[in-house]
Amino acid sequence: MKMKKKVLSVALLAVSLLSLSSCGNKQKTAELSGAGATFPLPYYNESFKAYQRETGVKVSYGGIGSGGGVRNLTDQIVDFAGSDAFLKDDEMKKLPEVVHIPTCMGAVVLAYKIKGIKDLKLSGSLVTDIFSGKVTMWNDARLKAVNPGVNLPNMKIVPVYRSDGSGTTNVFTDYLSKVSPEWKAKYGSGKSVNFPVGQAAKGNPGVAGTIGQTEGSIGYIGSEYAFAQNITYATLQNKQGEFVKPDTKSISAAAAGDMPADTRIMITNSDAKGAYPIACLTWIIVYKEQSYAGRNIQQAEATVNLLNYMLGKEAQARTISLHYAPLPQSAIEMSYKNLKTITYDGKTLRK
Amino acid sequence: MTFKQDKFKIVLWITALVIPFICGGIILSLMMDANLAFTKFGFFKFIFSDQWNYTPGHESYGALPFITGTLLTTFLALLFCLPFSLPVALFNGEYYKGTKMAAILGTVTDLLAGIPSIIYGLWGFYVLRPLVVMLGLSEQGSGILTAALVLAVMIIPYAASLSAEFIKMIPSDLKEGAYSLGATRAEVIRRVIFPVAGSGIFSAYILAIGRALGETMTVTMLIGNTNQMPQSIVATGNTMASIIANQFGEADGLKLSSLIAIGLLLFFITALINLAGKMLIKRASVQ
Repeated sequence: MKMKKKVLSVALLAVSLLSLSSCGNKQKTAELSGAGATFPLPYYNESFKAYQRETGVKVSYGGIGSGGGVRNLTDQIVDFAGSDAFLKDDEMKKLPEVVHIPTCMGAVVLAYKIKGIKDLKLSGSLVTDIFSGKVTMWNDARLKAVNPGVNLPNMKIVPVYRSDGSGTTNVFTDYLSKVSPEWKAKYGSGKSVNFPVGQAAKGNPGVAGTIGQTEGSIGYIGSEYAFAQNITYATLQNKQGEFVKPDTKSISAAAAGDMPADTRIMITNSDAKGAYPIACLTWIIVYKEQSYAGRNIQQAEATVNLLNYMLGKEAQARTISLHYAPLPQSAIEMSYKNLKTITYDGKTLRK
Repeated sequence: MTFKQDKFKIVLWITALVIPFICGGIILSLMMDANLAFTKFGFFKFIFSDQWNYTPGHESYGALPFITGTLLTTFLALLFCLPFSLPVALFNGEYYKGTKMAAILGTVTDLLAGIPSIIYGLWGFYVLRPLVVMLGLSEQGSGILTAALVLAVMIIPYAASLSAEFIKMIPSDLKEGAYSLGATRAEVIRRVIFPVAGSGIFSAYILAIGRALGETMTVTMLIGNTNQMPQSIVATGNTMASIIANQFGEADGLKLSSLIAIGLLLFFITALINLAGKMLIKRASVQ
C-alpha cells in the first residue's frame, strides 16, 4: 500500500509537472483529477471527455478501485473519489465532512449456461441456496416449480464467483444477506467472501468466460459487462413477487423508492414496483469544504460544475448507450440539493 | 595503467554489489510489511492454518491451502514433464546429436519457453479444460490437475534444453570406451551418461521447478481459485502466487500484510528448493 502510494504520488507529480509545462498561457482553466471505482470507468471516460469538449476543463480519472479512490481522497491528492460503496458512518468520522453524489446505476446479473434454455427464472432464496450449495442439481424440485414448462436437465450446478476483491461481489453478497439471514450469519457480505461451493475466476471477463465454457454453470456478472457482451442471464423475482429482467428501466426503478437525503443507500432487494432486485448506485465523493490542500476557487468551482454536468440530461442519457442505467428523477433532485451544500471558504459555490 | 585497472575493479564491485543489494532490499521490505500478519497470527500458526476468512471482525488468514496448492501443482507438473523432457534431451544430446531433426526439435522446444504465460493460460482454458471435462476427470474442468498439465508443458524447455547441453558435453572417449567394452546404447545411457551428466540434468530440473513455483497468470486462469484446502488433485485450489494476484488489488490492513507474508514464504520456499538442489548436486559430484 505504501508502495502504491509512492508510485501514485510520483505519477501525480509527473502529471502535474507535465501540465505545468503544457498550459503556461491558459492559466484560467482548472484541471481536475479523480480516482476510484473501475465499474463506472467507461462511462466516466466518455463523460469527462465530452465535458472537456464543452468547457475546456480537463478531467482525468484513474480506475484504481473504490478503496484506493477513498484512500486518495483521504490523503487529499485528488479532487474527487469514485466509489461503488458509500462511506459507512465510522469511515465518515475519519475525514472532514464529505458529500456523496450518485452518478449512474448498474446491476449484477446471474449469467448461466444450460444448453437450450434461454429463459431461466430464479428467486432470491433459490439464488442463495445455489451459492451456498443447498440446491445442487438443475432439475431440483424447487427450480422446476419456479420454471414451469422449462425442461431443466439432470445436471450438476457449478457456481462461479469472483476470485478478486470486487464491488460486484459486494453488491451480490449484500443482496444474499438481505434475502437470507442464514447467509448473513454464515458468509456475510463484502468485496471478498468465502463462497462454500463452486469455483472462482478473475474479473467479469474471467467469470463470463468460465460460464461460457462450462455446461451447467451459473455466476454473477456486472450488468455493464453482461449487456455489452450479449450474455444469457436469468430473470429474478423481486420483493413485490414480480419476475423482472434486468434492463435500464428495471435497474433505475430500484432506486425510485425511499432514499435518505445523503443518498447513502444500498438499493439491493428494493421494494419498489418493477425493480430489479440486485441493482447498485455508484458515487462520486467530494469534500463539503472545497478549500483544502492549497486548491484554488477555480478548481472548487470546476468540481461542482462537473458534478452538476454529471447529473444533467446529456450525461444521464449517455449511461444507457454505455450499458449503464440512468438515475431516477428523485435521486437527481436530491443530489442537486446536496450540491448546494458544497462550499469554498464557507461560501456556497452553487445557488 | 594501474589506475585504469583500479577503475575497472571499482566498476566491477559496484555492479556485483547491486544484485545482493536489490535482493536484500526485497526481503527487507517484504519482512517489514509481513510483520503485522506474523505478529497477529504467529509465524508457524500462519503457515499451518487453513483458514482464509475475510469476514470483518473474524479476519483470520493462513497460508496452508496455498502452500499445498503451490507444491502440488509444481511437483505434479514436474512429474508430467519428465516423460517428455528426458527423451527430448536424449534425442537431441545423444541419439540424433547434430542432425537437422535435432536442430528442429531443439528450436521448437526452446520456442515453448518464449510463449507468454497468458497464451498458455488461454490454451489451457479453451482447449485443455473442456478436454478434462470430456474425459470425466472433473466436473468443472478447472483445478490443480489442469493447472499442473499446462505448467508441465511450460517447463519442458527449461528441463529439456539444458539437459541436452549437459548430455552433449560428455567427452566422447568416455562413451567410446564403454562401447568398445561391449556396452549397449541403453547401458551407456544408464552407466555413463546419467552418472556423468547427472548433476547438470538435476540442476536443469531445479530451474524448471523454480519456473513452476512462481507461475501466476496461467495458474490463476486454470486452478479455480478457491481458498479451501484441496481435497484431491482434480479439486480446485489456489497457489501462493495466484492468491496474491487475485487479492492484492483491493486488499488493505491485515489482509494486505497476510498476502505479503505469503509472498515472503514463496521467496523462502524457492530459495530453499534451490539450496537443497545445489547441496544434492555437490554431494553427487563428490561421490
